[in-house]
Amino acid sequence: MKNNLLFDFTVDKAAKTVFITREFDANLDLVWDAFTKAEFLDQWNAPAPFTAKTKAMDFRVGGRRFYAMISPEGNERWAIQRYTSISPKTNFKMFNAFADKDENPELPGSEWDYTFSEQNGPDGHPVTKVNITIYNESLARMEKMIEMGFTEGFKMIMHNLENLLASLSQK
Amino acid sequence: MRRDIFQAIADPTRRAIITLIALQAMTPNAIADNFNITRQAVSKHLRVLTECELVKQEQQGREIYYSLEIEKMKEIDRWLDQLRKIWESQFNRLDQVLSTMKKQKK
Repeated sequence: MKNNLLFDFTVDKAAKTVFITREFDANLDLVWDAFTKAEFLDQWNAPAPFTAKTKAMDFRVGGRRFYAMISPEGNERWAIQRYTSISPKTNFKMFNAFADKDENPELPGSEWDYTFSEQNGPDGHPVTKVNITIYNESLARMEKMIEMGFTEGFKMIMHNLENLLASLSQK
Repeated sequence: MRRDIFQAIADPTRRAIITLIALQAMTPNAIADNFNITRQAVSKHLRVLTECELVKQEQQGREIYYSLEIEKMKEIDRWLDQLRKIWESQFNRLDQVLSTMKKQKK
C-alpha cells in the first residue's frame, strides 16, 4: 500500500531550491498535526539514526521551534525554525537556521514552504499530499543542511559538493 | 576568490554552453558560432566555468578544446540519492507515526 503513495524529489540547483512531494495514508487533520506539533515532530523529524528533540515550540506567526538533531553518540545540532506565515491546514512557511545551544542563529538560513491537501485515495480512504519547497540562500547552507543528516562516511562526499552540484546541470 | 557554483549555472548562456560541450569537446570559436554573442563573451563564460571546475581544457595543436568533467556524474547521482534517502527515512517514520495516531483516535 505504501508503495502507491507518491514520493517526488527534485533539486533545482540554479534556483537553489529543493522540491519534495509526498502523499500520506491519513487524513489532513492528522498530517497537519504531525507537521505542526512538537510531540509528533519529535517522533519522525530526523533521519535515522538521528532523533529530534524539541526544546521549545510556539506554532504561530512570529513564533519559533527550537530543536536539536541528536546523533546516536549524543551529539546535538541545534536549529531554529521561525514561522512566517500560517494558513491552518493548508499552508505554513518558516525560516530555518542552524543555531548554537543558546539559540544564537547561524545565518544564512533557508526558507521552507509546506502545502497540504487532502484527496480521496484509490481505496476510498483519505490521502494527504504534502508539497515542500526549500530555498537555500547559500550553497554552504545547503551543504550543511545535507551534512546534518549524515554519517562520517558521507561527509567526504560533501567536500566535493560544490563540484557535484555544478555538474548536475549536465543532466 | 572561490566562485559560487550556482552563479555559474544560473546564467542561461553558460547552461547552453554546458549542454553543447556535453556532446563533444569544442574550441571557443566553435562554441561562439552557436551564439549571437562575441567571442570575448564566450571566453568570459568559459573562464567562469573553468574556475568552477565544471569544464576542463585540453590543448590540441594550436587549439584549446573545452569539455565537461563527465566523471562527476556518478558522484552527483550518489549525492542526490543520499539527499533523497534523508527524506525517505523521515517519511517512513512519519508513516508509522500517522498509523499510530490513527489507532489512538479510534
